[in-house]
Amino acid sequence: MEKFTQHTGVGVPLRRSNVDTDQIIPAVYLKRVTRTGFEDALFAAWRGDPEFVLNQDAYRSGSVLVAGPDFGTGSSREHAVWALKDYGFKVVLASRFADIFRGNSGKQGLLAAQLAQEDIELIWKILETRPGTEITVDLEARTVLCDDVVVPFQVDDYTRWRLMEGLDDIGLTLQHVDEIAAFEANRESWRPATLPAKHLPPVEIKAARPVEVAIGRRPA
Amino acid sequence: MAGTLAEKVWDAHVVRRGTDGAPDLLYIDLHLVHEVTSPQAFEGLRLAGRPVRRPDLTLATEDHNTPTLDIDRPIADTTSRTQIETLRNNAAEFGVRIHSLGDADQGIVHQVGPQLGLTQPGLTVVCGDSHTSTHGAFGALAFGIGTSEVEHVLATQTLPLAPFKTMAITVNGQLPPGATSKDIILAIIAKIGTGGGQGYVLEYRGEAIRSLSMEARMTICNMSIEAGARAGMIAPDETTFAYLEGRPHAPEGADWDAAVEYWSTLRSDDDAVFDAEIVLEASDLEPFVTWGTNPGQGLPLSGSVPVPEQIADANERVAAERAIEYMGLTPGQPLREIKVDTVFIGSCTNGRIEDLRSVAKVVRGKKKADDVRVLVVPASARVRLQAEAEGLDQIFLDFGAEWRNAGCSMCLGMNPDQLAPGERSASTSNRNFEGRQGKGGRTHLVSPLVAAATAIRGTLSSYGDLATGEPVPDGSPLTDVAGLQTV
Ligand code: SF4
Repeated sequence: MEKFTQHTGVGVPLRRSNVDTDQIIPAVYLKRVTRTGFEDALFAAWRGDPEFVLNQDAYRSGSVLVAGPDFGTGSSREHAVWALKDYGFKVVLASRFADIFRGNSGKQGLLAAQLAQEDIELIWKILETRPGTEITVDLEARTVLCDDVVVPFQVDDYTRWRLMEGLDDIGLTLQHVDEIAAFEANRESWRPATLPAKHLPPVEIKAARPVEVAIGRRPA
Repeated sequence: MAGTLAEKVWDAHVVRRGTDGAPDLLYIDLHLVHEVTSPQAFEGLRLAGRPVRRPDLTLATEDHNTPTLDIDRPIADTTSRTQIETLRNNAAEFGVRIHSLGDADQGIVHQVGPQLGLTQPGLTVVCGDSHTSTHGAFGALAFGIGTSEVEHVLATQTLPLAPFKTMAITVNGQLPPGATSKDIILAIIAKIGTGGGQGYVLEYRGEAIRSLSMEARMTICNMSIEAGARAGMIAPDETTFAYLEGRPHAPEGADWDAAVEYWSTLRSDDDAVFDAEIVLEASDLEPFVTWGTNPGQGLPLSGSVPVPEQIADANERVAAERAIEYMGLTPGQPLREIKVDTVFIGSCTNGRIEDLRSVAKVVRGKKKADDVRVLVVPASARVRLQAEAEGLDQIFLDFGAEWRNAGCSMCLGMNPDQLAPGERSASTSNRNFEGRQGKGGRTHLVSPLVAAATAIRGTLSSYGDLATGEPVPDGSPLTDVAGLQTV
């Protein structure tokens, strides 16, 4: 995970509240086996609408999403965060986030910063009056700068520390890699390992004997 | 300090104690991987430039999506094929051992670990699959994890975990003839409910559990998750050691002695304190079947479909009404009168060699009921080969059943083995959720013996209903079939 101290990018006003994870990314995209390339799935239901904010040239390259309250409610799918990140978003500003979404964001390096709703309204106005205005988010100072407006935001200390250090869960655990190695050194040698592979005597594998597929009493 | 079995295994794996409410960091001995829950975990490693820390403690198999017919041809369904090909590529790239379709040790991940002797007492075992609890039958602490945790284990061989509570489930006495370990666990879930085990590791103990074979114990631990539990465990004993001895990855020589000595200490101390305790009398049990759409909606086969108006609890009443409607049943209808369309014998719950043997003994020389389709799907390719070496496949074919290749198959219908809408099955698997075996499909969970008797009679039946006068068949090999050999 990259270290995050400050970010400047185009702000995108999303004047909607209760944007749930199904709206961020519909369930049909969950069948994919990849973890990247979800940018096309972001807000899929709205992207066909030419009026939708991300379809307007000024906002297209945005990286700071300014959303209404209760962003990220619904299912626990991590894909919602992947889709936002893949599109290029680094920060989401809102007055309230769903807990699971906020947790998932912190783990993936997306900053979910909580602002007062009146500050959100203020920023929306600026972004709509002058589309393409950049926003600077300073994680160290916990402030958002948009045009000449500077407002504070909230983020919990632990998440802030992790983002500033660039540590995901795995990165955190790997800080204790010496302890893991010491534990491994003390493991009994007879504990099983999958490698080198040990096999029972080899056998030739053919398909099971041919079967006639019967169809049961299938109700019409 | 006195401890429970689960606490002993936990304590032996703490890499780093969490302070101030932070979780403990636990070492993982064995990480099993399959095609459905692993792709994004491997991709995460790739994106972060991380290797798999211990490929030698990791094992991959293909099971959920594999077809059970035409396994030598490309997989027709593209989603299934992509998932399996992705697993193969990831295994090759990260140096993970994989048992692919066509390999003798391909099969359901919870069968492959034990059959190779990789699942051993006192280990921590994880897999991105809820039925990982199966491995607890060996006295291992084994539980399912999510995809982010899969990535975490691949990268670090550890998991940060908050401690759990412990529940002792004691089953006294001996099972009556015709009742099996499947009936024990269905009765337990019916008693404590599908949420009754939430937050707990269940430890099964008592005389009835001790006298079960290893495979029968796996059936019980497998379904712990259906009671909402984190894991299920059974303390290892001579039965466990006998199962393991001589398996490819079991310790040998002096190592074996050291291992057995350690394994023998893995039991809850007499004065250990559990957070909850439950006691059951095995002699009260009889064959159980589910009538509803969760594994807790089960009753003795001699019972009838519940009458919702007689259920006091409002939530349960609504749940029962909904389930009865989905299942197409009539309140008060005797369970024995329910006609089925399909009998499915397989899954990580009851697709092992002993299950197949006991079914074969029941159906031998008989014909299946007309209009019933019978699917027999071994849990792994090696179980299939063993069954063929013992002549079981011919018994099934003569009976009119379909003999298939190994995999999860109709347990969840990710491959073409599915129920049609409205179709009713008696299934030896573990979940009877709406649509689990195919959209609109109706599932009754049963033991292998009930499945066999049902396939003969066409209605939900116990072995006793066949009135053969013979003792109830067990899972021992058939002795009078030509060509008997071990594969
Ligand atoms: S057999 Fe069924 S329960 Fe077992 S691993 Fe496969 S899908 Fe899951």
